[in-house]
Amino acid sequence: MSGMRYEAPNSVDEAVKLLADANGAARILAGGTDLLVQLRAGMIDPGVVVNIKNISETHGIAADGGAFCIGATVSGAEMGEDAALSAAWPGVVEGAELIGSTQIQGRATMAGNLCNASPAADSVPALIAAGATCTVVGPDGQREVSVADIPTGPGQNSLGNGEFVLNIKLPARPANASDAYLRMIPRTEMDIAIVGAAVNLVLDGDGTCTEACVVLGAVGPKTITVADAAAALVGSKVDEAALAAVAAAASAAATPIDDKRGTVAYRTKVAGVLASRAAAIAAERARS
Amino acid sequence: MAKHHITTTINGEEAEYLCEPQETLLDVLRDEVGLTGTKEGCSSGDCGACSVMLDGRLVCSCLVLGVEAQGKTVETIEGMADGEVLHPLQQKFLEEAALQCGYCTPGVLIAAKALLDINNDPTETEVRYWLAGNLCRCTGYDKIIRAVMDTAADMRGA
Amino acid sequence: MNEQPKKFKWVGTRTIRPDGVDKVTGRAMYGADLTLPGMLQGKVVRSPHAHAKIKSIDTSKAEALDGVKAVITADDMPQADPTPVAAGEAMINLRDLSDNVIARHKVLYEGQTVAAVAATTSDIADRAVALIEVEYEVLPHVIDVLAAMKDDAPVLHDDMFTGGVKPKPEVASNVANRVEFTLGDIEAGFAAADVVIEQDFTTEPVHQGYIEPHAVVADANPDGKVDIWCSSQGHFMVRTFVAGLLKIDMSKIKVTAAEIGGGFGGKTTVYLEPLAVLLSSKSGRPVRMVMSREEVFRASGPTSGAAMTIKMGATKDGKIVACDATLYMQAGAWPGSPVGPAAMTAFAPYDVDNVKVVGFDVVSNRQKVVAYRAPGAPISEYGVECVVDELASELGIDPLELRAKNAAKEGTQAAYGVKFGAIGMVETVAAAQATEHYKTPLGPNQGRGVASGFWFNIGGESCAGIRINEDGSVSLTEGSPDIGGSRASMAMMAAETLGVDYYKVKPSVVDTDATGYHFVTGGSRVTFATGMAVVKATNAAIDELRARAAKIWDVDVEGVVWEDGHAKPASSNVGDFDPMSVADLAAMANKTGGPISGHADINAKGAGPAFGTHICDVEVDPDTGHVTVLRYTAVQDVGRAIHPSYVEGQLQGGAAQGIGWALNEEYIYDENGKLENAGFLDYRVPVASDLPMIDTILIEIPNPTHPFGVRGVGEVPIIPPLAAVANAVAAATGVRFHALPMSPPAIVAKMAEKG
Repeated sequence: MSGMRYEAPNSVDEAVKLLADANGAARILAGGTDLLVQLRAGMIDPGVVVNIKNISETHGIAADGGAFCIGATVSGAEMGEDAALSAAWPGVVEGAELIGSTQIQGRATMAGNLCNASPAADSVPALIAAGATCTVVGPDGQREVSVADIPTGPGQNSLGNGEFVLNIKLPARPANASDAYLRMIPRTEMDIAIVGAAVNLVLDGDGTCTEACVVLGAVGPKTITVADAAAALVGSKVDEAALAAVAAAASAAATPIDDKRGTVAYRTKVAGVLASRAAAIAAERARS
Repeated sequence: MAKHHITTTINGEEAEYLCEPQETLLDVLRDEVGLTGTKEGCSSGDCGACSVMLDGRLVCSCLVLGVEAQGKTVETIEGMADGEVLHPLQQKFLEEAALQCGYCTPGVLIAAKALLDINNDPTETEVRYWLAGNLCRCTGYDKIIRAVMDTAADMRGA
Repeated sequence: MNEQPKKFKWVGTRTIRPDGVDKVTGRAMYGADLTLPGMLQGKVVRSPHAHAKIKSIDTSKAEALDGVKAVITADDMPQADPTPVAAGEAMINLRDLSDNVIARHKVLYEGQTVAAVAATTSDIADRAVALIEVEYEVLPHVIDVLAAMKDDAPVLHDDMFTGGVKPKPEVASNVANRVEFTLGDIEAGFAAADVVIEQDFTTEPVHQGYIEPHAVVADANPDGKVDIWCSSQGHFMVRTFVAGLLKIDMSKIKVTAAEIGGGFGGKTTVYLEPLAVLLSSKSGRPVRMVMSREEVFRASGPTSGAAMTIKMGATKDGKIVACDATLYMQAGAWPGSPVGPAAMTAFAPYDVDNVKVVGFDVVSNRQKVVAYRAPGAPISEYGVECVVDELASELGIDPLELRAKNAAKEGTQAAYGVKFGAIGMVETVAAAQATEHYKTPLGPNQGRGVASGFWFNIGGESCAGIRINEDGSVSLTEGSPDIGGSRASMAMMAAETLGVDYYKVKPSVVDTDATGYHFVTGGSRVTFATGMAVVKATNAAIDELRARAAKIWDVDVEGVVWEDGHAKPASSNVGDFDPMSVADLAAMANKTGGPISGHADINAKGAGPAFGTHICDVEVDPDTGHVTVLRYTAVQDVGRAIHPSYVEGQLQGGAAQGIGWALNEEYIYDENGKLENAGFLDYRVPVASDLPMIDTILIEIPNPTHPFGVRGVGEVPIIPPLAAVANAVAAATGVRFHALPMSPPAIVAKMAEKG
């Protein structure tokens, strides 16, 4: 709690050096909405906090031929204000925007949500369903990694010493494609997801699903990609029968625990409910 | 450990303070700068009592490090009125009794102003979701929501 | 309404509160906002165990840390006498209070204070806390109320034998007390019933959830004088407890009431104040202590959770003829659950001849409960109002109609002893029936619930001073911390009585040296009791003003009347004098006898009982169990609304707290008895987007004992929501839920069970 240093480097190289030199005792400050809570609660006692917000490569949302590159320090509020991003990836944006209050939205970042690696992280299922990748920078240069490979377990990520996520990339997508993310919370805001479900899909000209990805959050130590649910969607018109199959597949794939927020039985059932509802919303968006 | 010397702008005036790296903007505002109008309710970003504007964004000052304010602008409840003239939201909160104990009020007012600055015709649902991060245990929110919407209506009429 | 309200100039209007500008500009000073020169920061060491013996405490490393100025344990606290003292609306003994402030020998819940430190910075104080070494012998613990009553349960206090039973038990147990209230012949009552419903219910402990954590600054002078600045529902309560616990003369303690950021009953006792005084004495410097939110949940009192059985019988035509209840209520680690008021209020909304209520006060390894808005009543009346709903359904009678048929009225004998005077239960039900809300059709998965509620309201000690200043403006002093606009209502009653402009009256809540003893701001008593003191003090000032006019006019005081803020001759026989205003008389005060004032020190009696009836519409998502409150109406007999906006605010705020209690709020413990949700993230109070507008209907049946007809209003509104929501959920789902909270997982589980 004391002796903590604070650094705000202006370049990737400086940041990487600070992180590498700290040898695991460093924490990255992007939005800070998890970091400061953990600091205050005494859950962490880092030797140095490295604020990456002064690094220009972490800023802004760049659109390129239908693809998007979202800087690591872009807040949920900035994402919601980007009309093109919101139109192309409404599910990704709603996942990011569900993290906390308006106040949290002014700070919290998707990259932070990803690296914090909570099983209940709201922005992660939709990112994985979208096939997002991220740029990881570190002492050995930079690498492109699927976002699905960043979290490795509750609170654990695959980043090596000196590495951090610089940006998150969403691919260009065909016409008639969309996504959706739903979560279950007891209130209407301010809660951690008991269950989350993201669906990303592509329809052809007559409304038949040609590609789909269904990802669940908060029902296992990591997100769960439900191949059977995607298979139920592909080839269907996303009709009631397909949605029922999505629900069944999602419930079957869920491996939740009992805790203070929900029970195994509840999470298993609701994983199916939300997956099928998210699929219906994504399809509706793709059709319009 | 070395304290950081921070230069920032608070309520339109240049301000300087020394702060330790782990101190939050909330700690600094209250203990170093002496602006105690910003309240601490939870220190975990769950109650919104410490809401301030940082470079034009609504944030919980308990989730911002004091050192992060370097070169930025901070707006707190103490800067909301223009001298003796209350902001229309402050006036409406008084007229419509949109506060009881008053502890959440500074944060609610800062958050409500941030909304009306970008949207002067919000729906009730928009106001409720915008303010979902500002807990009030006294009012049941009814009079707060009405006061915000009535202020917006006045501002549109003006 | 019984009578046409008298025309008032100020009472019943919506004035701007005197403390308003301070509170919308950030100027208002709350508990944590005071800084004194040289002030230290105090922090607390808390037990990690739910039940353990303290074998040793080693403070040496903490004391050796640079910047640490004082460390205290229970050894620094005098041994307290087990003397019962009023605490909020209950009694508590000082020994128990002392143990809750700082543990001696044994810890009884996770989070209990075992030591405290004061240091030059918060950071150093935190490090000192971590350096204090406490050796514990962990004991088996018990959390649940019914488990705590079992023969093999770990016993918390080996000197506690159940009170209220004869003969006195021979073995110690966790059952502190048994209470019973009866009326008529319960067996005969049930024998005459055509329909009998008996059901079990449970509720979980819920926290008051005030947004301002407990905070204090104490400054102990080497000569023995102590200044305390803190946020509480009664600075005289703080003085009483600090004096009692630390054995200091009350005259040496001055407590100043900071602005209070919510209390709802939770700030009617002390946690930090005695520690801050001890730390200040030991260090010779002022000490500030502020709880974190986590500490507020872990170490300040929620209200009880409970288990209960409710049985009610009615005849075919809808007359309730017998009521029976058994209540088991958690007290926390020491006796003192609100089982008494829970038992007394349970069936009070109804005129029933045969009633029996038995209640048990049960200790377990939890935070000591403290008052929460109408302590006990929301719990017992929740069970009762659910059963009334079941009776209505079984009898095929509209639930409001059934309540109307059986409503308590003037002359009704309540089981707890009183015969009601003028009350408004009938009127609240009638008003609810007449609402457009009650007649509006509902959609699929939607349901409507109604429920009524009763609370006694209290009076008690209050004082007031009115000083007429030289310019005719008025200074009003009293000592009830203003928790939600009471300065406004005090000034309005003074202005109305005196006949002056409300904005010429400045009310102040003054410190314990500057006014007489006040009971806490609680029991819905301030507008009633302190209001009575204010009116009495104002009338005393008026008598003095009349005397001064009489002196100026050289007539008998009986010849001077007070009308519209002026002294006037009582008749033309007295003489032909121009009326004299307050300002006129004030200007001449130095020539007529000096400063003009009026004072009143009273123990107010005759608080008017109050009733409310609420209507709630919900929609239940059958697949996720999520409950949306669609519409809500709260009707209440308020006697007289001095400031209608703040009265409406009480109804709306109480309804919101009750909705939270019904749907998502609860204390959750792990297997070691450790609280798992000590924060606003997982202790889920309603947020703005969870609620609809809360419509209010104020019924005014004046309380005859108050000069303006005031009844307490603050507590009734939290009582009906629990059952109103439960009844609405039952209507929406076709399933009766017998446990609160009705959280989404609980709803889905119960619906699955029922198929």
